[in-house]
Amino acid sequence: MSWPMDMLILVFVIISGIGAITVRDLLGAAILFGAYSFLMCILWAIMGAVDVAFTEASVGAGVSTVLFVAAVFRTTRRTRD
Amino acid sequence: MKIVALASVLLCGGILIFGTAGFPDFGDPLSPPASHVSPHYIEEAVAETSVPNIVTAVLADYRGFDTLFETAVVFSAAMACFFLLRVFREDERSPSEKLYRHLPTGIILRIDPGGKAPQSNEFEPIDPTWVPHDMIVKTTTRLIIPFIQLFGLYVIAHGHHSPGGGFQGGVILGSSLILYALSQNLRMAIGRMGETVSAVFCAAGVFIYAGAGALCLLMGANFLDYAALSPLFGVDAIQARSLGILVVEIGVGLAVMSAMVWIYYNLASVGRHQEGL
Repeated sequence: MSWPMDMLILVFVIISGIGAITVRDLLGAAILFGAYSFLMCILWAIMGAVDVAFTEASVGAGVSTVLFVAAVFRTTRRTRD
Repeated sequence: MKIVALASVLLCGGILIFGTAGFPDFGDPLSPPASHVSPHYIEEAVAETSVPNIVTAVLADYRGFDTLFETAVVFSAAMACFFLLRVFREDERSPSEKLYRHLPTGIILRIDPGGKAPQSNEFEPIDPTWVPHDMIVKTTTRLIIPFIQLFGLYVIAHGHHSPGGGFQGGVILGSSLILYALSQNLRMAIGRMGETVSAVFCAAGVFIYAGAGALCLLMGANFLDYAALSPLFGVDAIQARSLGILVVEIGVGLAVMSAMVWIYYNLASVGRHQEGL
């Protein structure tokens, strides 16, 4: 049961990882990176590393996404120089 | 040039993937890491430290030195953000008119340069990068933040028995303050927990951790050998290791919480601490 489940999540991890580096919108990249972290968190939990999953959920999907969005908020569409 | 770069990346990746063939199998009981230290941790951790969550025992006790420097890394990340981003002069690029909201009615006043700012405390200054007044968001976050903070404290204190510990609890506490800054505005969050407080807490967290280790030295044991603290806590050596882990986790939580908040302040306002996300 759990074997195809983590394969499925691993595929989603790869898709969101590739999406985060290819998408041209910075905000979209930040959101995709948050999704990547959340999927990694599920993967850690499936593998039984609950402490790591907890850290990934709080740091990766939570605070670092907020910090990325805060940094993107300070950028402009076109470069100023 | 691009072809050379691609070729070198593919070569390195290929060598790394080829190298994984020499790894022990997943969960192999005869692999070197699974045959020396891991059995000791799994079999003896509860008896030696009275901490049921082995991960916490390994992180804060057996590998306490690693965690000390992880905390120092978080501290230096916050310091680096401060040194890179913080500016102390006024923002000359910001629009010179000031905006004030009359709290009972929600009317916005625009004060042109040279105009007199309203003195009554029924007015609050708002950011020119204007976010509309949203009563539902503000009230909901006001209700939910105490519970988030309580959960953060629980995660720090209950790390001995369940997943969690200083890092996760500190991040949860810090994100509750970031949520406050997001839902209200940056100035109100800075009013709650200022920059000086964040800096002092951040340093104090690392100091608590390193101080607990140094105290063990003073009691005549190795650095971070909490068993030496048993006369101070008034318990036996095994319980003292458990309590020493708690002290260290509190230090980690304090450092991580204030580092997150401090980094957010500097990042969201480009170091000016006036207006931000």
